[in-house]
Amino acid sequence: MKIKSTILTGATLAALSAFSAQAADTIKIGFIDPLSGPFAATGTNGLQQFRFAVEELVNKKGGVLGGKKFEIVPYDNKISPKESLVQLKRAIGEGVQFIAQGNSSGVANALTDAIKKHNKRNPDNRVLFLNYSAVDPALTNAKCNFWHFRFDANADIKMNALTDVIKAKSDIKKVYLIGQDYSFGKAVAAAAVKFLGEKRPDIKIVGNELHPIGKVKDFTPYATKIRASGADAVITGNWGADMIGLGKAIGETGLDVPIYTYYAANDGITKTIGASGKNKIRLVHEGPANPPSTDTYATYHKDFKKKNPEKDISQFRIANAVQMLAAAMEKGGSAKPIDVARALEGMEFTSLHGEKLTMRAEDHQMIQPIHISVHTDENITFDSDNSGFGLRTETTVAAADTALPSTCKMRRPK
Amino acid sequence: MFELLFFSLLNGIVTGLLLFMLASGLTLIFSMMGVLNFAHASFYMLGAYFAYTISLYVGFWPGLIIAPILVGLFGALVERYGLRYVHRWGHVAELIFTFGLAFLIEEVVQFIWGKDTKAYHEPEILQFALFTVFGQDFPAYKAFMLLISIGIFIMLLMILTRSRVGLIIQAAITKPNMTAMLGHNVPLVFMGVFGVGSALAGLAGVIAGPALGTFPGMAVVLGSIVFVIVVVGGLGSLGGAFVASLIIGLLQTFAIALDYSVSDLLAVFSITTEADSALRDLWTLSLPQVAPILPYLLLVLILIFRPTGLFGKRET
Amino acid sequence: MSEIANTQTGEISAPFAKRFGPWIFLAVALIVLPLIFSSNIAVYTMNLMGIFIIFALSYNMLLGQGGMLSFGHAVYFGLGGFMSVHFMNYIEYEVVVLPMFMLPIFGGIIGLVFAIIVGSFSTRRAGTVFAMISLGIGELIAASSLIFVAFFGGEEGVSGDRTMGPVIMDVDFAQDIEVYYLIAAWAFVTIALMYLFSRTPMGRMANAVRDNDERAEFIGYSQRKVRFISFCASGFFAGIAGGLFAINFEIVTEENLNALTSGVVLLMTYIGGVGFFIGPIVGAVVFTLLQTVLSNHTEIWQLYVGVMFVLTVMYVPQGLTGIMAMHIPAYRMKRLSGLVVPYIKAGIPTILMLSGIVSFLEMVHHVRAAALGETMMSLIGIEFDTHTVMPWVISGVLAVVGGYLTKSQMPQLREAWEQANAPLDSGEGASS
Repeated sequence: MKIKSTILTGATLAALSAFSAQAADTIKIGFIDPLSGPFAATGTNGLQQFRFAVEELVNKKGGVLGGKKFEIVPYDNKISPKESLVQLKRAIGEGVQFIAQGNSSGVANALTDAIKKHNKRNPDNRVLFLNYSAVDPALTNAKCNFWHFRFDANADIKMNALTDVIKAKSDIKKVYLIGQDYSFGKAVAAAAVKFLGEKRPDIKIVGNELHPIGKVKDFTPYATKIRASGADAVITGNWGADMIGLGKAIGETGLDVPIYTYYAANDGITKTIGASGKNKIRLVHEGPANPPSTDTYATYHKDFKKKNPEKDISQFRIANAVQMLAAAMEKGGSAKPIDVARALEGMEFTSLHGEKLTMRAEDHQMIQPIHISVHTDENITFDSDNSGFGLRTETTVAAADTALPSTCKMRRPK
Repeated sequence: MFELLFFSLLNGIVTGLLLFMLASGLTLIFSMMGVLNFAHASFYMLGAYFAYTISLYVGFWPGLIIAPILVGLFGALVERYGLRYVHRWGHVAELIFTFGLAFLIEEVVQFIWGKDTKAYHEPEILQFALFTVFGQDFPAYKAFMLLISIGIFIMLLMILTRSRVGLIIQAAITKPNMTAMLGHNVPLVFMGVFGVGSALAGLAGVIAGPALGTFPGMAVVLGSIVFVIVVVGGLGSLGGAFVASLIIGLLQTFAIALDYSVSDLLAVFSITTEADSALRDLWTLSLPQVAPILPYLLLVLILIFRPTGLFGKRET
Repeated sequence: MSEIANTQTGEISAPFAKRFGPWIFLAVALIVLPLIFSSNIAVYTMNLMGIFIIFALSYNMLLGQGGMLSFGHAVYFGLGGFMSVHFMNYIEYEVVVLPMFMLPIFGGIIGLVFAIIVGSFSTRRAGTVFAMISLGIGELIAASSLIFVAFFGGEEGVSGDRTMGPVIMDVDFAQDIEVYYLIAAWAFVTIALMYLFSRTPMGRMANAVRDNDERAEFIGYSQRKVRFISFCASGFFAGIAGGLFAINFEIVTEENLNALTSGVVLLMTYIGGVGFFIGPIVGAVVFTLLQTVLSNHTEIWQLYVGVMFVLTVMYVPQGLTGIMAMHIPAYRMKRLSGLVVPYIKAGIPTILMLSGIVSFLEMVHHVRAAALGETMMSLIGIEFDTHTVMPWVISGVLAVVGGYLTKSQMPQLREAWEQANAPLDSGEGASS
């Protein structure tokens, strides 16, 4: 009993002292993403990009609201929705008011729901959710809420752009869909079926497969199945370890068809795919790396690589999110989440790439130009994974053309 | 269709034989010492990581030899100074010890090598398509894996049945006390078998690392599957482990390859189902979906109805 | 508390204070704790502790009291959680009218139902067969949970809203502190019930079967039936813990019933000590503290937990509670004070050695994990540059000197220990 109580008081005192030591003049952004497990590479890369963006784009320029600095506080959620809520509670307890998360829509769905509940129950301690990568369309449609802002284009927007490209390729007759078995993978599959059906009713979908996320150890059976189906194009939303595995297995079977992806670049994926995917793999994304857009961006990219030689700018929207958050604070003259949220609604912004972006007020979905790029080693200025291979933009869809209608009926706090 | 069957068969055999390399060591250890070694798959992971580090300096081929030896030595140390010490606290403590060791090894691996996947690749000399059938390539590295596993199986079989050491091991498996009475150093045999078993797991890791990825979760992914094989194959039966490995390997690849669902089955009996009933998941259940469950289903069924396993003589 | 709650010894006719004292103490502690530790994070930590205490105690009904090593106990915890969260949603959509605090009962019931089903075939034998079946069932249910989306919600799990129930006495569970008192109440009741269970003839027979199943059979008890009943009770309480988890987190996912959670409960029960009734309580408290506090300060906390676990299994199979219990004889003989000085003498160098080792590990980790050019790190408030020699030397010296001094103190410590535990001379008066 004695030892127990000593441990208890000692440890709790230590914990309390740690929490009370919050510096008042920093604005904390809680980064809740996988920093361990099969998706750790994606998460840690995102973390470094956030840290760099905050340092370069805000703190070095004197911070916001007269000198307040941004600080990124990492929380490892192990890609689990439950663990994310645990970390969310911890973050809120430590005085974090801005939550950034992106990897896995399953997590984002849990977080947006939890943050909505939290803000309702604790009106004097609200938090804002900056979603920088989770692209399940539901987040800005059926499940939209006032505290959630999405800086990436959603799965429907991306699929719309992707199918525009496929539409023009008359040699594609059979398409194979493969994805991870969770909300995002299902959303990609549903969007592909829908848009292909509208734009190219003649295309036959020869496979629509979902596999467990992060648990498949060998993708060879799937690759064999794709090969045997006679598909002349593959569409996948896989990311992280699941994309590495799939890319490798497809490469080994010698399958020679275009593969349309959402995330087949960086974090070790480009390096693994290497020459076997040259001119085969295409990616739909925001923020073009090659050819370089503006000098400002080129400097930003080079500085990042100088500091993180092993990492890449895989999620350019992180810079947008950080800059827009700072701009919204300046615009509203306050760092209170509700004021920031109001300032962000409908905000127009010019990115480092010189692109015009709008945070759509009705559903908090960022409307921005979308690019479709090819995996190649020719004319690459900024490669990925230091492999010589990188993404070169082939097609760009203007921001206005990407905007899809939303079913969001948002309730705003008074 | 034939293309799919052919390649599924090949892939299934490759997976099955890889599993056998893990299971062979585990089944010997299990039947001899009665301890299900939870850390066995961790030795597999260590093999891959050691070989990765070695390959950075001297290339793939020396790693193929050195890494398993290192893992084997480590395994022997674990038996000598860990398991044998814990033995005094009884059987449950031994199981829990190996369980804790598996947890610890994973943490140590993350500490030393980090949390991300390591760029451990097959040697350049094996990076080509061995043959192409129906327009689909079969990588040479897979054939290499196949070759090594078959070699190991034959070697093990020869040692166990044709050599003096093998006879002593077999004796120690069935009657450890009697063997000790006859003047054989049974603890040494235990340590040796544990070391060799770990080395085999390490070897499996060395050759599986480039194919299946070298990351801290690789032990967990395979760990419980190997248990399934040992139990299904039967206690102390190398042949049983071999058959069970192949069954599991083929089961997993074919379940993914063949796209049949429960509703297809029902359609044969012309039963229709409603799309929005509470049991909708049951009707749309397809083979690829249930693929991950099948080994465990097999395990539970075997344990209930045939606790000796397919080829075992004793109960687990 | 430990001496009374010890499962090995029991005095039926103990005086009132001795019999009910620990329970009154527990009740008061549960009520007062949140007044002392009132920060959000402290309440959150205590909520987690409460849930894990029930879960770990239910696990110990198998491992400690019944001798059944289970690698799939999270199944009953998780299923209890899922059932409760479904009922939470039924309440929200007014399918059923129920107060929220009743939810864990449904968790308990489904835990019980599944335990009856699984137990009917898995409790035939203890030992490895039982362990393997539990592992298989665990993996089976965890994998199925990703397939049967209607019940398990797939990868995302099922979430609910605990505030949607009928408001009773102004409590709508919007704040964590309200949930704390709910968990505390449930914890008190379940701890009492599980303790009483261990005192019934049935609980005693479970111990007998654990120690020697053949003898238990000879005196006329079916070992299988005894194990089965323990197993069912254990499943029931695990389900209740799951239900509380659902209320606290408002989300239940596949993770709640997978092998990881099963491993965690084994870990904390064992660290706490399986031979004592309060062992799992200590284990759950310590583990939760490690998880929430240690993980704030270091990224490699799981490494420390792993080392601690393996060391516990190897050298202190009685767990933390066992260490405490070792001091009871000396305490009864009023000789505990003789141990204080040797403990301090051996403890200080041990702490030196540990801090040396820990700082070394932390520095290695920092050098590997930090961004390029970031060479400063801080440990317990001290900032230093990991790319210079000095910190490494200091940590090395700490470890070596601390280790040497610890070793040199050991004979004295052992001597003091033996002195304190030596049988009493007839002259000295003994208490109890």
